[in-house]
Amino acid sequence: MTPLTLPAADNSSTFTPPGLESLHLPAILPWGADEGFTKQMLLVLLSVFFIAWFFIAASRKQQLVPGKLQFLGEQLYGFVRNSIGKDVIGGRDFMAFVPLLFALFFFLLLNNIYGAIPLFQLPTMSHVGGAYFLAGLVYVIWIGVGLKRFGIRYLKLAVVPSGVPWFIMPIVVPIEIISNFIVRPMTHSLRLFATMLAGHLVVALAGSGIAFLIAQENVLVKGISVLVLVFAIAMYMLEALIMVLQAYVFTLLTAIYIQGAVAADAH
Amino acid sequence: MHQLMVQAATESASPLVPNWWEVLVTAIGFAILLFIAVKFVVPAFEKTFAARAEAIEGGIAKAEKAQAEASAALEEYKQQLVDARTEANRIREEARAEGAQILAELKERAAVEAARITEQAHVQIEAERQHALVSLRTEVGSMATTLAGRIVGESLDDDARASRVVDRFLADLEAQNAGAAK
Repeated sequence: MTPLTLPAADNSSTFTPPGLESLHLPAILPWGADEGFTKQMLLVLLSVFFIAWFFIAASRKQQLVPGKLQFLGEQLYGFVRNSIGKDVIGGRDFMAFVPLLFALFFFLLLNNIYGAIPLFQLPTMSHVGGAYFLAGLVYVIWIGVGLKRFGIRYLKLAVVPSGVPWFIMPIVVPIEIISNFIVRPMTHSLRLFATMLAGHLVVALAGSGIAFLIAQENVLVKGISVLVLVFAIAMYMLEALIMVLQAYVFTLLTAIYIQGAVAADAH
Repeated sequence: MHQLMVQAATESASPLVPNWWEVLVTAIGFAILLFIAVKFVVPAFEKTFAARAEAIEGGIAKAEKAQAEASAALEEYKQQLVDARTEANRIREEARAEGAQILAELKERAAVEAARITEQAHVQIEAERQHALVSLRTEVGSMATTLAGRIVGESLDDDARASRVVDRFLADLEAQNAGAAK
């Protein structure tokens, strides 16, 4: 009863491209059911385990002159701490947000890069739930930071830019409200979700295309599969880059939103 | 058949509609990770960074202190060198002065000694001269008397008279000498 529907397996003469169903595998527990504990959930929990294991191992024996593992951990942690946290949020306030940025970046990095690792092979953020949750969490945090720092005045600071002539205000303020409070969390989550989904589909499409072409009788058509393979490898590399890049972009945007809330009175 | 079922199922569900269980599991997973980051990872790394910064700054401070100590010691040695040089100059000057003084003293002493010896010699010579004079006077007197007695043929041994004659003669002689010396 496993409806594992790779279209090329039909060996028919018509090519059915893989659709969204290739992302929604049947559940692991109960095995093969439509609903239940899915691969996405397993991968999320594994990612937490891997990240925690690596960084606890890297930070367990802290020495002034680091060993290889500690050095690698410090470089990775230092990248998020300094390049994302300190540089964007600024030296005074950034330390409070470093754990969030750190957890976000490595959570996304590993969950995205799953899509490029054989057997894992599913970027978990291609399931929109995870992206919704993380973007929602960030949304709540930056608004919370703004309200805590400026009180209710923050809502005015966030939507009324200074230095704008009064007669443009009726246009600017609605645009600011829409862009900051409505569109921002949507783009934040959908950017991540859509790139992961699209990347996964492109690679899956190339893979099933190769399988379909190889199964054809005609030798020339078989030969075309080599071209598709080259294309698929190039796309795979590009996707791997995008997976890393999107983890960075999501975390960087988080830092920028928080910075905007921390320094709402500065612009 | 199965394929149709799955396709029907997925096509009905938009990819934008989340599976709420997945949202929940992501939330739990991320919460665990955030907790670990807050509790263990970030403090551990920050502690190391702080310790390292302190070690470096402490090292710099220590180096600066050592530098200051070294330059102070150098100053001190230079000062000591200058002092020693001054001292040496002073001692040399003193020695030279002392030497000159000693030399002067020695010269003076030698001069005094020479003067004393000269004086002594003079005195001795004078004494000897006196002695010689006295003995001469007596001897010359007696010899002259004897001679004169032989020539005259009589004894002029009347001492008192002879003595007076001799004395008068000698006094004339001395007066003549003194007149010749004039």
